[in-house]
Amino acid sequence: MLSRTKVLSLYKSMIKESNKFSSYNFREYAKKRIKHEFEANKQLNDQAKQAELIQKANANLNMIKRQVLVSQLYPTEKLIIE
Amino acid sequence: MLSKNFKNLLIGQKNYIKIISVCRNASNETAKNSDKYSQLNNLRQRPVYLDAQATSPVDPRVLDAMLPYMTNMYGNPHSRTHPYGWESEKAVEKAREEVAQLINADPKEIIFTSGATESNNIAVKGVARFYKDSKKHIITTQIEHKCVLDSCRALEMEGFKVTYLPVQTNGLIDLKELEKTIQPDTSLVSIMAVNNEIGVLQQIDDIGRLCRSKKVFFHTDAAQAIGKLPIDVEKSKIDLLSISGHKVYGPKGVGALYVRRKPRVRLEPIQSGGGQERGMRSGTVPTPLVVGLGAACRVAKEEMKYDEERIQKLSKRLIDKITSELTHVVVNGDPEHRYPGCVNISFAFVEGESLLMACKNIALSSGSACTSASLEPSYVLRAIGADDELAHSSIRFGISRFTTDEEIDFTAEQTIKHVKALREMSPLWEMVQEGIDLKSIKWTQH
Repeated sequence: MLSRTKVLSLYKSMIKESNKFSSYNFREYAKKRIKHEFEANKQLNDQAKQAELIQKANANLNMIKRQVLVSQLYPTEKLIIE
Repeated sequence: MLSKNFKNLLIGQKNYIKIISVCRNASNETAKNSDKYSQLNNLRQRPVYLDAQATSPVDPRVLDAMLPYMTNMYGNPHSRTHPYGWESEKAVEKAREEVAQLINADPKEIIFTSGATESNNIAVKGVARFYKDSKKHIITTQIEHKCVLDSCRALEMEGFKVTYLPVQTNGLIDLKELEKTIQPDTSLVSIMAVNNEIGVLQQIDDIGRLCRSKKVFFHTDAAQAIGKLPIDVEKSKIDLLSISGHKVYGPKGVGALYVRRKPRVRLEPIQSGGGQERGMRSGTVPTPLVVGLGAACRVAKEEMKYDEERIQKLSKRLIDKITSELTHVVVNGDPEHRYPGCVNISFAFVEGESLLMACKNIALSSGSACTSASLEPSYVLRAIGADDELAHSSIRFGISRFTTDEEIDFTAEQTIKHVKALREMSPLWEMVQEGIDLKSIKWTQH
């Protein structure tokens, strides 16, 4: 069984990292999507499935970190509604 | 009877635009560009993007898959003698599988191209020319994308006969009409899945079944449908299908064509060369772009349910807000058979171009990007029977995976505000408010 704190900390790092997207749309999408996925699997008890999802989330966290860097390299003006 | 001056006053708003257009046409291209570019230089804030049918942003997951092949892994996928080639080839084949999986095809049936325009050209011209000795007839619809219509025009010049099927007022073709149109010498029926202007989804299952029973090949331009709605080439009996990269959050400059192997579809290639892509599309396969298309298809497959629910919700939110605040508004196209991310609305008594200019804080378009420079009313809206006035005043709202609730609220608010303001300026609107039926007015002849 995965510890609750471990999952929560992964969730928090993903949100924290997504907040750094310079693009408003990517930032908002990532946060909403991550929140949705973690909530959808809150009651998941299948351990193999849990491990698979955690692995996927870690891969996604690394992807977000790389893409945040790219997004910060070429920033544009903010959107009118930001 | 109304006098000439009064009539001119009545259509003042429209004439204003016409005058602008005359001035625009008179000035040269460079002046127009320098005006646009100087506006760009003064851009402080970006408008919100609601033009997802023109193109979509590249998903960060897609760019992440592409970047290795734009930097250190630059091998030619057709190089057989070294690891540079092998790694690129492996990536291209993985992408081919990802594209195939999205539409339930075999990877061998996927041909990479430069985009849906090229895919459509290869499909329509390729099939027609291959079977030209026995079959000389092609069927398409009046609401296809320009690249299909133009390919058909080119075939007409070569002596083919083309039937351009009309659509009903909801944008759907009449299947009985299609059945009647199919002749013994019909080689191909080309009907798009989702229309790029009004978002209507044709009944491709029924069309596929009909074509198969008549032994006619069925091509569908699915550029606007792929990755957004479930498409299954087996279930829908599709023989050829065109895909675009940049409409599914992938890169521009890449697309694919599905060509069925059983029963085999044969076609005459357009481009001569090294015989890549089973000889149907010669030219080095662009690894980073193809990898991007593959990643876009994989992400689309994974995200389809989530995206569908979100876009459906945003679409409803936009339509509800606008229709609750404004009267004399028509949402174009069938309300059921459609992709909800493409919302085309006609605002009566408002010039579409004036509205676009007023809504400068929203990136919108009145129709397809290919024709957005012309002031001519959309041929798609005319095909569904909208009269010229309504066709002129239509706006397409394109919702994407990345559109937020705040953007939808802002868009609805701005649209409502500007439509109200423009209607206040319109004498026609004033007459309607007074209860005059505009159709009863007899304009004087000049």
